[in-house]
Amino acid sequence: MTAPPMLEVKDLHAFYGRAHILHGISLEARAGEVVALLGRNGAGKSTAMKAIMGLVPPARGEVSFAGQRIERLPPYRIARLGLGYVPEERRIFTELSVMENLEVGRQAARAGVPLWTEDKLFALFPNLARMRERPGGRMSGGEQQMLTIARTLMGNPSCVLLDEPSEGLAPIIVEEMAHSIRALKGEGMSVILCEQNLHFALGVADRAYIIEKGQIRFGGSMAELAANDSLREQYLSV
Amino acid sequence: MTLASILIQLLNGLAAAASLFLVSAGLSLIFGVTRIVNFAHGSLYMLGLYGAYSLIEFFGRTPLGFWGAVVLAALAVGLVGVLIEVLVLRRIYRAPELFQLLATFAVVLVIKDIALFTWGAEDLVGPRAPGLSMAVEIMGRRIPAYDLVLIAIGPVVLGLVWLLLTRTRWGALVRAATQDREMVGALGVDQAKLFTSVFFVGSVLAGLGGALQIPREPANLELDLAIIADAFVVTVVGGLGSIGGAFLAAIIIGVAKAFCIGIGTVTWFGFEVSFSKLTLVVEFLIMALVLVVRPYGLLGKPQAAQRAAEPAPRLQVPSWTFALVWLALLALVPLFADRYTTILLTDIVCFALFSVSLHFIMGPAGMVSFGHAAYFGIGAYAAGLLMKRFGLPMEAALLLAPLVAGLFAIVYGWFCVRLSGVYLAMLTLAFAQISWSIVFQWDSVTGGSNGVFGVWPSPWLADKTTYYYLALVLCGAGIVFLWRVLFSPFGYALRAGRDSPLRAEAIGIDLRGFQWAAFVLVGALAGLAGAVYAFSKGSISPSSISIAQSTDGLIMVLLGGVETLTGPVVGAAIFTWLRDVVARNTEFWRAVMGGVILLIVLLFPQGLVGGLKALVARWREQRA
Repeated sequence: MTAPPMLEVKDLHAFYGRAHILHGISLEARAGEVVALLGRNGAGKSTAMKAIMGLVPPARGEVSFAGQRIERLPPYRIARLGLGYVPEERRIFTELSVMENLEVGRQAARAGVPLWTEDKLFALFPNLARMRERPGGRMSGGEQQMLTIARTLMGNPSCVLLDEPSEGLAPIIVEEMAHSIRALKGEGMSVILCEQNLHFALGVADRAYIIEKGQIRFGGSMAELAANDSLREQYLSV
Repeated sequence: MTLASILIQLLNGLAAAASLFLVSAGLSLIFGVTRIVNFAHGSLYMLGLYGAYSLIEFFGRTPLGFWGAVVLAALAVGLVGVLIEVLVLRRIYRAPELFQLLATFAVVLVIKDIALFTWGAEDLVGPRAPGLSMAVEIMGRRIPAYDLVLIAIGPVVLGLVWLLLTRTRWGALVRAATQDREMVGALGVDQAKLFTSVFFVGSVLAGLGGALQIPREPANLELDLAIIADAFVVTVVGGLGSIGGAFLAAIIIGVAKAFCIGIGTVTWFGFEVSFSKLTLVVEFLIMALVLVVRPYGLLGKPQAAQRAAEPAPRLQVPSWTFALVWLALLALVPLFADRYTTILLTDIVCFALFSVSLHFIMGPAGMVSFGHAAYFGIGAYAAGLLMKRFGLPMEAALLLAPLVAGLFAIVYGWFCVRLSGVYLAMLTLAFAQISWSIVFQWDSVTGGSNGVFGVWPSPWLADKTTYYYLALVLCGAGIVFLWRVLFSPFGYALRAGRDSPLRAEAIGIDLRGFQWAAFVLVGALAGLAGAVYAFSKGSISPSSISIAQSTDGLIMVLLGGVETLTGPVVGAAIFTWLRDVVARNTEFWRAVMGGVILLIVLLFPQGLVGGLKALVARWREQRA
C-alpha cells in the first residue's frame, strides 16, 4: 500500500478575468519527489501554480495537500500548512535587506519537516551569506533567484512550487540551481517546478507532466519522456 | 525682520509641524500597506482632540492627568481605527479602490455626528498643559514652554517609528506589504491581522497628533476635513509612504505658514501684499510647486506598479429614446408636484450635471479628482459676480460662467495632467482649496465668508417652475453632450489612455493633450452646473467650493457607480433627495447618510446601478 500523495490536484479549472486558462488539470506529487511541469510559454504552467496556491481562485476542482483540502483556503493559510511558493518574477522585496527578506518568510517550525535557519540557508546558497545587509533591489538576477527560494524555505515547507527557477539565469547559476533542488530533495521535500528548459528538468526531476492549452497531455517518468521524441517535438519544441 | 523674530517664527512653525507630522505619518503608513486613501484619518485626529479634552476634565488638570489623558486618548483613537478596519474596510479590500474611498467618506460623516452628539456643536477650549503653561525667554522673546516640548516630540516619534519599521519583524512585514502584499500573503502572513495592526498604529499617531494640540487649538467639528487636507499635502510633498519625507514636509509647511503669519502685511511697489492671508494657500502653493518639479514628492519613490485591475466594463450609451423619455417625464413633474418638489428637482438636476462631469473625468478619463467643487464653485461665483459686479444681464452671466470655470480648468489642468493616481487626486484637492481660500478671504469682491447675495434670475425666469425647465434643458443638454463625447474618437482615445497610457501614446495619441482637453471640458460643464445652481438659490456661499462639496460629488458618483453612465445621475438624485429628507427630520443627518452609504457599500460593492444590473442579470440567468 502506498501513502497518499503529498499534493494532489484533480480536475482544476481557473480563469483570469473571463479567460478560461486551466481546463481541468490533474496531477500529483509524492513526498520527496521532484515533479516537473513542462510546456510552452502561455500553456498554463504559472496559472496552475497560482491556482494551487490560491493566488488565482480555482473555479472548479479539488486540491489536497498533506491530507487536507485547500482549494478554498486563502494563500496565507495554504502557506502555513507547509506549501511554499516561489514566483516566476521572484518578487523580492527590493527595499528590504537579504536578512529582512528572509524574516518576512519566517514561519514556525513544523513537525516532521526540515527546519530552516538563516545559517543553514547560507550554507545552501553561499552567495547570500556575503550580502546579508544588501537591499534586494541591488542584487543580480541569479542572487535574487537564490533569495526568493531561501525566503520561501524560511517557512519550513514540506513541498515547494518553483515557477521557472532557471529562467534568465547564466548557465553556471543554472547549474547551482539544479544542485540546490537536488539538495531539497535530499532533505525529503517535494518539489514541483515549472520549466521550459527541458534539459534542466531532465537533470533534476523524477517525473514530468506536459501541459498545453490548459490541459495535461502527458504524465510519466523522465525516462519515458526522454525516450519519446514525437512527444517532445509536439509539445515542447519551439 | 530681526534675527529674533525669525527665530520665533521658526520655533512657532516647528511646534505646529509636530502634530502635522504625526497625522501625516499615520496616513502614509496606512496608505502604504492597504492602498486606501483614508479620508477618515482627519476624523481620528479630531477624536484625539475631543478625547483628550474629556479625559483631562476627568483626570484633573495635573501634569499626570494631562499626559495620561493625551496617551489614553491616542490609544482610544487607535482602537476606533481598529473598529473601522474590522467592521468596514476589511469587508471591501477586494472592492475597487474608489469604493473603499466612498466607505471612508461615510465614516467621516458618522464620526462627525458622533462627535456632535457627544460633545455638542460649541468649540471646546482645552486647558494649557499643567506645569508647562509658563513661557521661556529666548533672545528677549517669550515662547510657550509647551511649544518647545512639541518641537521635541516630533523627532522623538520619528525615531520611534523608524525603529519600529527597521528593527522589528512587524516593520519588515509592513515594508514588505507596502511593496507587494500578495507575496507577503503567499509567504504565510495573515494580511487581515497585519492590516489591523497597521490601522492601529496609524490611528494612534492621528489621535496623538490631535490630543497634543488641545492646549493650542479648541476642539471643533470642522477639524476633520481641515486636517485631512493638510495631511494630504504633507504626505504628497514628502512622498507617499516616506515617513522621513512626511517629517521634512511637515516642517517646511509648518514653518512657511508661521512665517506668513509673522510677516503680516507688506507694501511692495505700492501694492499691499498680505502674507497672513496667504497662510491658507501657502501649503498648497508649495505642494503644486513640489509636484511639478518632483512628481513623487521630496523623498518619495515612484509607486509600485499596481497589479492589473479588472478590465473596465463596457460602457453602454443610453439611447436617445431613453434620454428623451426621461427628459419628458421630468418635464411633466411640475404639473403634478408642489413648489417644494420643483425646487428640490432643480437641485437634483444641477447636481446630476456636476456628478456626470465628475464621472467623466474620474471614470472614462481615469483621472480621479478630489477637488471637483473648484469648477462648480467658480461657475457659481463667476455667474454671481459677472451680474453683480460687472452689471451683465443675468442671461449673459449664466452663459459666460462656464467659460470662466473652463479658463480656470485650463490653468489647473495643465499641472494636474502631469501627474497620475493619488498624486493627481491630491493636486486637484490642492487647487480646489486654493480657490476656496481666495474666495473666502477676498472679502471686497467675493463677500468672504458671507458669500454673494441677490443673485436672482431675470423676471421671465423668476418663477420656480420656469427656472426648473431652464435648469432641465441646460443641465440635461450638458449631460447628454458629455455622454455623446465619450463615444466620439476623443472619448475612445481617453479610455484607451486610461486602460494603457503607454500603448495609447505608442499609437500616436497625445494623451496629455487629450486629458487636458477633458479637464477643461468637464470644468466648464461643472461650472455650468454651478451657475444654474447659483441663480436657483439666489445666493452663493463659499461652501459651494469647499472640500465637503467635492466629497459630496464623489459620493454621488460612487453611490451610483462609476461603471455605468446612468449611475452618477441616479447617485446625484438619491443623495440630494435623501439628504433633503433626512436633514428635515434629524439634526444628525450626516450619521444617517453615512450609515446608508456604508450599508450600500457593504451590500453593493459595484454601486447602486451596477449592483442592480448584476441582480437583474442573475435573475435572468435563473429564468433562462
